[in-house]
Amino acid sequence: MREIDVRLITEKVKELCIQANTELGEDVLRAFDRAIEKEESPLAIEILKELKENARIAKEERVPICQDTGVAVLFLEIGQEVHLVGGDLKEAIFEGVRKGYREGYLRKSMCHPFTRANTGDNTPAILHTEMVPGDKVKVIVAPKGGGSENMSRVVMLTPSDGIEGMKRYVVQRVKESGSNPCPPTIIGVGIGGNFEQAALLAKKSLLRPLGTRNPDPELDRLESELLEEINRLGIGPQGLGGRTTSLAVHILMMPCHIASLPLAVNIQCHAHRHKEIII
Amino acid sequence: MAEPIRLKTPLKDEDVERLRIGDRVLISGILYTGRDAAHRRLFDLIKEGKELPFDVRGQIIYYVGPTPAPPGKVFGSAGPTTSYRMDAYSPALIERGLKGMIGKGMRSDAVKEAMRKYKAVYFAATGGAGALLAKRIKRAEIVAYEDLGPEAIQRLEVEDFPVIVINDINGNDLYIEGEKRYKKT
Repeated sequence: MREIDVRLITEKVKELCIQANTELGEDVLRAFDRAIEKEESPLAIEILKELKENARIAKEERVPICQDTGVAVLFLEIGQEVHLVGGDLKEAIFEGVRKGYREGYLRKSMCHPFTRANTGDNTPAILHTEMVPGDKVKVIVAPKGGGSENMSRVVMLTPSDGIEGMKRYVVQRVKESGSNPCPPTIIGVGIGGNFEQAALLAKKSLLRPLGTRNPDPELDRLESELLEEINRLGIGPQGLGGRTTSLAVHILMMPCHIASLPLAVNIQCHAHRHKEIII
Repeated sequence: MAEPIRLKTPLKDEDVERLRIGDRVLISGILYTGRDAAHRRLFDLIKEGKELPFDVRGQIIYYVGPTPAPPGKVFGSAGPTTSYRMDAYSPALIERGLKGMIGKGMRSDAVKEAMRKYKAVYFAATGGAGALLAKRIKRAEIVAYEDLGPEAIQRLEVEDFPVIVINDINGNDLYIEGEKRYKKT
């Protein structure tokens, strides 16, 4: 048994909230570079360069990449040999989010769904927790803005819709979203599971570093085909026209009910923010 | 690409008339911030025939809800929010003399018609370029609705604030033209 005080987790969550919002990943910057090389629209190239420059300023001055510092979404993998002490884990994580959003001068963007009264501290956070073998705790903080999230969908397709139906739905969703999710986007696709699992798969698929291939050859092929079809739409960076509507499509798939074909599309904007730590 | 056009506020009809979709513009002078809640209040004042907290004639409104300014900085991260949510309110403000709006995303036909009729222009700033855009803001002060927190109306002094013309007074729309040009069937 390995003891970990949850107050350590509070501190790490705080740091990750600030880091995720100010430092864009190297994989995203390389994806911008690849897009610049392939782009045909001069304006699109300017925009992509602007996004790179924005990331540089944000990292150097420790200011948020985007003013929508998002809902705090966290993934936790807790080793079965770990004994958490020092308090309630969920409370400790919420306290980390509170501190991160306060000390990092991040925007508080959580409110009552109907009165729209702001909760004041960006909690509650959204937590996805798994028990895994081992004695470590892995924490991933992945802030998610509202614009791209609003363009995301979960749908229960009919099994007879098949692969073509899935592709049609994904491409149509990207087309209808237009400039709203701040292209260039990363498209997370979750297939199978059930209603809520498909959505979680779509969100998780976004965590794979950009520029890496899907280990499943069939999904790898589908990712490439979808990306090509999406980039023929011509929407482009910021919806102003171009060949880079999306930087990548990532798919996670699992078995589902014999009567179902659950499908989730979680659109991620170019402020693709996630940081992790292993304690 | 052509050199950007430099514009100073307040904007006159001639400034607006010469702009074409796709023009890159650097704005210097004053921007007023405002989004959902502030627009609702301004709209209600116009309907009730009351004075607005600031004179909109010749001015530009920037749709933004910034992060808090850290100590030593004028403003927080300041990229645009999506404009369509302000569509219901913009025609009334344009009729009052508002000459420009900065946001992101397509506007409604009613807004485009008001721009054409009263000579106003809609610009987009790059969504998500919050850190870069904040650097062009030299001064900021709250002029109304402090109770709205990040949605308060602030008067910003900006230097070379980079935007692109989305709708000109000829009824063109860069979102429509751009997609058409780069679409491959």
